[in-house]
Amino acid sequence: MLLIRCPYCEEERPELEFRNAGEAHIARPTNIAAESDDDFEKFFFIRANPKGVVYERWRHIHGCARFFNAVRDTVTDRFVMTYKAGEPKPAKLPGASK
Amino acid sequence: MNAAFRISGAGRLSQAKTASFSFDDKPYIGIEGDTLASALLANGVHLVGRSFKYHRPRGFLSAGAEEPNALVQIVRDDARKTPNVRATVQELYDGLTANSQNRWPSLAFDVGAVNDIASPMFSAGFYYKTFMWPKWAWKDLYEPKIRAAAGLGVSPDKPDPDHYAARYAHCEVLVLGGGAAGIAAALAAAETGVRVIVADEQAEFGGSLRFESGARIDGQDGYAWAQAAIAKLKVMDNVRVLSRTTAFGYYAQNFVGLVERVSDHLKSPGRELARERLWQVRAKRVVIATGAIERHMVFANNDRPGVMLASAARTYLNHYGVAVGRNIGVYTANDSAYAAAIDLKKAGINIAAIVDLRDNPAGPVIDEARALGIEINFGRAVVSAGGKLRVSSMSVQPKNGGGERTIPVDAILMSAGWTPSVHLFSQSRGKVAFNDETKRFVPGTYAQDCVSVGACNGTDGLAASVDEAYAAGAKAAKEADGKVGKGAKPKVDAGENWSRGMLGAAPGAGPGTTVKAFVDFQNDVTAKDIRQAVHEGMHSIEHVKRFTTNGMATDQGKTSNMHGLAIAAETLGKPIPQVGLTTFRAPYTPVTFGSIVGHARGALFDPTRRTATHGWAASQGAVFEDVGHWKRAWYFPKAGEDMHAAVDRECVTVRKAAGLFDASTLGKIEVVGPDAAKFMELLYTNPWEKLETGRCRYGIMLREDGFIYDDGVVGRLAPDRFHVTTTTGGAPRVMNHMEDYLQTEFPHLNVWLTSITEQWAVIAVQGPKSRDIIAPLVEGIDMSDEAMPHMSVREGKICGVPTRLFRMSFTGERGFEVNVPADYGEAVWEALWAEGQKHGATAYGTETMHVLRAEKGYIIVGQDTDGTVTPNDAGLDWAVGKKKTDFVGIRGLTRPDLVAKGRKQLVGLKTKDPKVVLEEGAQIVADPKQAIPMKMIGHVTSSYWSENCSRSIALALVAGGRDRMGQTLYVPMPNGTIEVEVTGMVFVDEKGERLNG
Ligand SMILES: [Zn+2]
Repeated sequence: MLLIRCPYCEEERPELEFRNAGEAHIARPTNIAAESDDDFEKFFFIRANPKGVVYERWRHIHGCARFFNAVRDTVTDRFVMTYKAGEPKPAKLPGASK
Repeated sequence: MNAAFRISGAGRLSQAKTASFSFDDKPYIGIEGDTLASALLANGVHLVGRSFKYHRPRGFLSAGAEEPNALVQIVRDDARKTPNVRATVQELYDGLTANSQNRWPSLAFDVGAVNDIASPMFSAGFYYKTFMWPKWAWKDLYEPKIRAAAGLGVSPDKPDPDHYAARYAHCEVLVLGGGAAGIAAALAAAETGVRVIVADEQAEFGGSLRFESGARIDGQDGYAWAQAAIAKLKVMDNVRVLSRTTAFGYYAQNFVGLVERVSDHLKSPGRELARERLWQVRAKRVVIATGAIERHMVFANNDRPGVMLASAARTYLNHYGVAVGRNIGVYTANDSAYAAAIDLKKAGINIAAIVDLRDNPAGPVIDEARALGIEINFGRAVVSAGGKLRVSSMSVQPKNGGGERTIPVDAILMSAGWTPSVHLFSQSRGKVAFNDETKRFVPGTYAQDCVSVGACNGTDGLAASVDEAYAAGAKAAKEADGKVGKGAKPKVDAGENWSRGMLGAAPGAGPGTTVKAFVDFQNDVTAKDIRQAVHEGMHSIEHVKRFTTNGMATDQGKTSNMHGLAIAAETLGKPIPQVGLTTFRAPYTPVTFGSIVGHARGALFDPTRRTATHGWAASQGAVFEDVGHWKRAWYFPKAGEDMHAAVDRECVTVRKAAGLFDASTLGKIEVVGPDAAKFMELLYTNPWEKLETGRCRYGIMLREDGFIYDDGVVGRLAPDRFHVTTTTGGAPRVMNHMEDYLQTEFPHLNVWLTSITEQWAVIAVQGPKSRDIIAPLVEGIDMSDEAMPHMSVREGKICGVPTRLFRMSFTGERGFEVNVPADYGEAVWEALWAEGQKHGATAYGTETMHVLRAEKGYIIVGQDTDGTVTPNDAGLDWAVGKKKTDFVGIRGLTRPDLVAKGRKQLVGLKTKDPKVVLEEGAQIVADPKQAIPMKMIGHVTSSYWSENCSRSIALALVAGGRDRMGQTLYVPMPNGTIEVEVTGMVFVDEKGERLNG
């Protein structure tokens, strides 16, 4: 079982308390009704799903209930870091593999 | 009386304490502290099983967890018949009953052994090649026969009556393995004061000190030192010592699974004792001290009972006081087997000869063996073992060929060297590295905060192992908690030291030979099978493994993996590291389902949610159905009624008089705050800003792709407060969906969301008499049609307790939903029930609720919709705010596919024969005469007998459905095709007049 650091609770808690919520940093367009079909497709359906470092959303659902962002390596399953919702993608990752 | 092979003066057990037991119904006497294996060997019993594929007679290979052969069934009673227990691990208790497995009619005469004679048919890949065709035969013919013939034990046919405990634990240093290295590491860590857990799979700590007779540490015998050290650790507050505990799995972030066998060794364990305890340990640092496992020699008939690992024979002698024979041969490629020969010789057992593959080895053990007068043959090989149910001789040849000599023996001890136990290290995702000099895989690159010490790290010699382990234990504690101890390192005064050996087939079993030289005893894989796999094109070790099943039995190849790899590498003409090691996976040894399941069985398997009126409904004879975790009253049969009769009566009564229904399981969310209406505008398709306080609206929630996600009635209690209801099943995900948008997309909105599902009990009172039933109990609410029209909500009191009283209807009748704090739910229900009795009301369950709503064409999200249905498809376009500029799903609704013609739309269906009730899920076609496969144009989503309509009714999703009104369609079923007519969705009171009736 993984340990995940909740950036709001500021502590590591067991994976059981969390739920994954998909790729991070995909903002809902402010004028969504005006989006073209192609843009809406990119926004809603298309995901990067890379091997290696991913940016994703998690929710501390059985804790503080907050959504936050996490950087995880899908090869090692290691959480590189977590940060609050709304914060930008970190420019530099601490000790990221490859 | 001592058993025949118990050597007086040898071993550590008290020979006075006897224990009687039986094996295959024959009684024997052992002594306390024995394993089943040592007790049987003391009685001269070597034949204990038949092999998996060839049914060859098998004995004990080992004295530990790596045992591939000696699997038995331990029987306590009908429900406790544990199969596949390793006799080398099972501790003896008085009265133990064990049976052999995989033989018929008896162990000595096994009909299945014909497989051995016919073995050319059964070579590697046999199953894949032979049982492929015809396809049908696998399930009906081959599989049952193969399962019957190639069985392991028999599983018990009654529920497991034992209970299994589970614990979580945290520590700074977790030490896995309690041999000399593990104990040294635990001492060093414990002395710093950090929390330490040390676990060992054996009943007693000591590891190889059990057999290493010459070891001396801190001035005492090695095994005695181990016991003293463990006694010291046990009394330290910061240390937990776990014996009979196997670390079976090493998971992410130093999360390690251990199974403690609590009572399998006891004669009659009390019910208060768990059978096993699962420990889930999170450790800051892990010290792996899992030792090494001796390998066998791969030669012809090396599986005959009596042929065993040299260290096993030494363990049986030095720990259990048992000689594994009286005239013993030794076959080795390294020094360690000499120590076994020396110990046995000193105990008075004849050593017929030592056969050593090496040409001119030298060293103190060789000198000592020679000095004891033991015959030693260098540069020679045992090319075959004689005998069938027990080894009777060994055939010895010069290793490069030449004259053969047969030496009579009753046991052969073998050692091809030692394999470091890197299983847990490998499970931790560490990468092993091949040491070309010692021909071993040892820990290379670490992936977690752990360290390997001693033999599992490829460290040779007791002194070096203890030094390394003590330093590692101290370092782990310091890294975990910054603490430093001030104890003294144990001093090894004497200890053994060896390495090397050989990998792969021994002479006589090499390329070109067809002898049965076993690599994997449990799965009956020979050296020839592995070469054959390579010749048939398996060039990756993972393919060789699967093709031959080498290493895939329950012992996970603890003795066989390295031999198999070496033979594959030799056949491929590649160096071993290029062929690679197969992946080690959890569990290290088999783990019972019970220990994983723990208490989560029966009533505790899954949580059960009950509403406030559950007890009342049960007392009225309600039949319940599971809806998610909820138990919901399904229908309330009266004496003599079946389900149909009860539902028909309930349906008619609600429309004629009234009915009471527990709707408490509906999800309820309070949306509160200055921006509550703005938030509702964004989350639902409907307009909310203009909804007046005290009024309700049916809301539809979409996902961003435009499909219906949930629905429910929403009441506005105040300008800044909405009482939202959701479907029963949708409550948690709707809450999650709302929180997601509020926290991440619309964080500027000043809104709070609170789940109130559990806080309010909801009693639906529906039917023409509903107001008459409620009104006498209500204070402070004017319930007249003028003051409280359909789709309104009022706050006041009922029976003296607070209520949120909704006027709403899921039946099409005048109806109310009485919300009261859940603690008052039952009392208010009973008061309403008493009033209802005066008006001829019925209690009704979920089945009647479903029928009544279907009569009105009200949809159930998740039944009439399936995640691909838009509001328009469901005929609910009216609920989408046309002037709105934004809501979740607004863009999805205009996607080309969602506005295309011919989409499936919800319609009503009437069978031409009113008595026929369609099956939900049945497919619909336009032309029943077309060729199969037919073009399906839709399916039935809801279907019931409607007593109110005196006919069957159904809802269905049909392509272009609303353009097909009046058309005849067809539902092909196994017993014939059913004709249906497409209709509107409302079957009762199309104008909706009864809402005010
Ligand atoms: Zn949190």
